[in-house]
Amino acid sequence: MPIASTDTLLRVHSVTKSFGGLMALSEVSLSISRGQIYGLIGPNGAGKTTLFNVLTGLYHADHGEFQLNGIHLANKKPHKIAQHGLARTFQNIRLFANMTALENVMVGRHARTHTGVLGAILRTPHARAEEKEIRDRARELLSYMGIAAFAEDLAKNLSYGDQRRLEIARAMATDPQLLALDEPAAGMNATETTALKKLIEKIRSDGLTVLLIEHDMKLVMGVCDTVAVLDYGEKIAEGSPQEVQRDPLVIEAYLGCAP
Amino acid sequence: MDIFLQQIINGLVLGSIYALVALGYSMVYGILGLINFAHGEVVMIGAMIALAMLQALASSSMPIAVIILLSLLVAALVCMALGYAMEKVCYRPLRNAPRLAPLITAIGLSIVLQNIAMIAWGRQFVAFPLQIHATQHAIAGASISDLQILIILVATASAVALLLLVHKTRLGRAMRATAQDHRIAGLMGVNVNTIISVAFVLGSALAAAAGIMIAAYYGLAHYSMGALLGLKAFTAAVLGGIGNLGGAVVGGLLLGLIESLGAGYIGALTGGFLGSHYQDIFAFFVLILVLIFRPSGLLGERVAERA
Repeated sequence: MPIASTDTLLRVHSVTKSFGGLMALSEVSLSISRGQIYGLIGPNGAGKTTLFNVLTGLYHADHGEFQLNGIHLANKKPHKIAQHGLARTFQNIRLFANMTALENVMVGRHARTHTGVLGAILRTPHARAEEKEIRDRARELLSYMGIAAFAEDLAKNLSYGDQRRLEIARAMATDPQLLALDEPAAGMNATETTALKKLIEKIRSDGLTVLLIEHDMKLVMGVCDTVAVLDYGEKIAEGSPQEVQRDPLVIEAYLGCAP
Repeated sequence: MDIFLQQIINGLVLGSIYALVALGYSMVYGILGLINFAHGEVVMIGAMIALAMLQALASSSMPIAVIILLSLLVAALVCMALGYAMEKVCYRPLRNAPRLAPLITAIGLSIVLQNIAMIAWGRQFVAFPLQIHATQHAIAGASISDLQILIILVATASAVALLLLVHKTRLGRAMRATAQDHRIAGLMGVNVNTIISVAFVLGSALAAAAGIMIAAYYGLAHYSMGALLGLKAFTAAVLGGIGNLGGAVVGGLLLGLIESLGAGYIGALTGGFLGSHYQDIFAFFVLILVLIFRPSGLLGERVAERA
């Protein structure tokens, strides 16, 4: 029951990736419409993060392709993919630990700014104006995520939850059209997860499309419009949260074979 | 004459040259984790190119100031191109190779560059004709020449400019981000290859400046002048904490002072058994001590690769 929308943002077609003999992704296809919150679930090792790595250019797919906005991005360099509007966060937080929170987000603006070596050395008016714009936008994003108070703290000194928020702020600084979140609720308590749910909804209502990998089923079922299930590198189901929850293949993947 | 103050002045001059070279080592190490042992040869090539330009233009009718500036500019540009080519041709193909491979490549590259210079400029010491008539200024019982003042000023200005670039600009932020995590920097839209090239090119420009200054200071250039200077600057980078640019400056100045004071007093301390020509032992004594007792260096967080 893939959604055949006229306004498809991301279309993934037959992406396959193996590591040695291990088939991490096998002919995975999916399509995400603009403005959706699209969930990707599956048991550990199902290939969810591998798919993220392929989509963001960290891995090259063995074959298959994907398009964002109709632009082919398979096997492009990560910085090119970022410039085309796909940003992500990581399951295990990967901030620039020894830079301040503000600087982390400012690095995220790199994809959308241009000052090069000469501009930086000569401090041209354009370079200075751009630097100010980068700083302002970064502060704005820190406020948006509710962590403006920690702007000048080193990223490694932020609390766990704030580091997660900072990672989202940094990803949003690249002005993505598709924001891919890899287990954002991992390690969060119920209150924090509720806050995260509101945040994801807010991000969507501000015009972004969200691709969400998550193990917290309450969050996935509560926030996603469409959910796809991966198991051993294959997509075994796709549909609304209710449909997916009733799918026998999904139940089998999660709970094992019924006797 | 106040020997102590005089050795401090000499040490600061030498130390600022070490610092410029150490910055190049540290910048590349910070971003790539590679100790570019061919960096010392870039220093030598800088001196040699400036020398060749000065000789070629000596008989022209241009004013001397123009000739000097033109020579410096050409030397810096050649070194920047060399740094760029070095990374692109020799190190980039080995980006994902075991770490020993680029290290050995660096050592090989250093030998190749020395031999090219030997063929081009001969095996003997060549006089460096940049004769700034060194007026001596007396301060508190010691003396400092115009050239020494110039070296300290140029080195300070270059180091400050680099530190500002790295800590205050978009490009510098991208460099620091790349140093911490290549992949994530890439995901932020940073072209990692460009950043690595920039590090090599900037480091080579500083190396060219250092090469010209040291050749002018001693009035001599030699095809192997980069080897020992490079090792000492590497020591300075390790002393300050390799990968840390502030550390490279501190390490360079400290090493210059240690060497200079050591050379000034070694005769008196050993009852004349060792003379000031033993000054080179101090740098390597420092290197050994740092590696044993504080491998991360004075300001560093990371431990230098055994090499």
